[in-house]
Amino acid sequence: MPILTDRDREAVTKEFEKLTDPVKVTVFSQELGSETCQQTEWLVKEVVDLTDKASMEVLNLILDREKAEAYGVDRVPAVVVEGTKDYGIRFFGIPAGYEFTNLIDAVVLVSTGKPSLSEETRAALAALASPVHIKVFATPT
Amino acid sequence: MRLAQHMAVASDQVRADCIEANEFPEWSQQYRVMAVPKVVINDRVQFEGALPERDFLSAVLRAVNGGGTPA
Repeated sequence: MPILTDRDREAVTKEFEKLTDPVKVTVFSQELGSETCQQTEWLVKEVVDLTDKASMEVLNLILDREKAEAYGVDRVPAVVVEGTKDYGIRFFGIPAGYEFTNLIDAVVLVSTGKPSLSEETRAALAALASPVHIKVFATPT
Repeated sequence: MRLAQHMAVASDQVRADCIEANEFPEWSQQYRVMAVPKVVINDRVQFEGALPERDFLSAVLRAVNGGGTPA
């Protein structure tokens, strides 16, 4: 039973026409994790299947502990969206509902590497000398 | 989340986590999430609701320049 509707699939496929560089989506899951781990795996698989520019890897939080630590992932489900490099974009919990749009936006963003921000913002961010960790708490509806 | 993601791509210093609040009640409680979206930057600066880019940037700069109060 697919999660995405035909309409979703059509919209995402159109959005994915913007993809340039390869995208890797890593899902951290756990067999005994919540039901949403499985759903997250299915959802991400349906998304990456819509383009040949994206690939997917499923890792286990416990068995692949070193990779989880390297990605800064300590709970599941977690989704890491990388382009030619890791830009630091993570999703915790299933990226459905409103967050689905952000997932698709993230895939396009890391592929093109072109953020749409003002010159002022870019200049200020380029001058950052220390790490900035932004957490955005959201709900699917 | 949109702005946070774009900032993460613009700077190697920025990491952007999107957290499904209902799925992680303890995490949400830790940051006193009462309304969404709630943004927490470096555990120092926090705000609820969507901000325009300029204000979001101000919050980021406040967080790195030692402003705000620990979350």
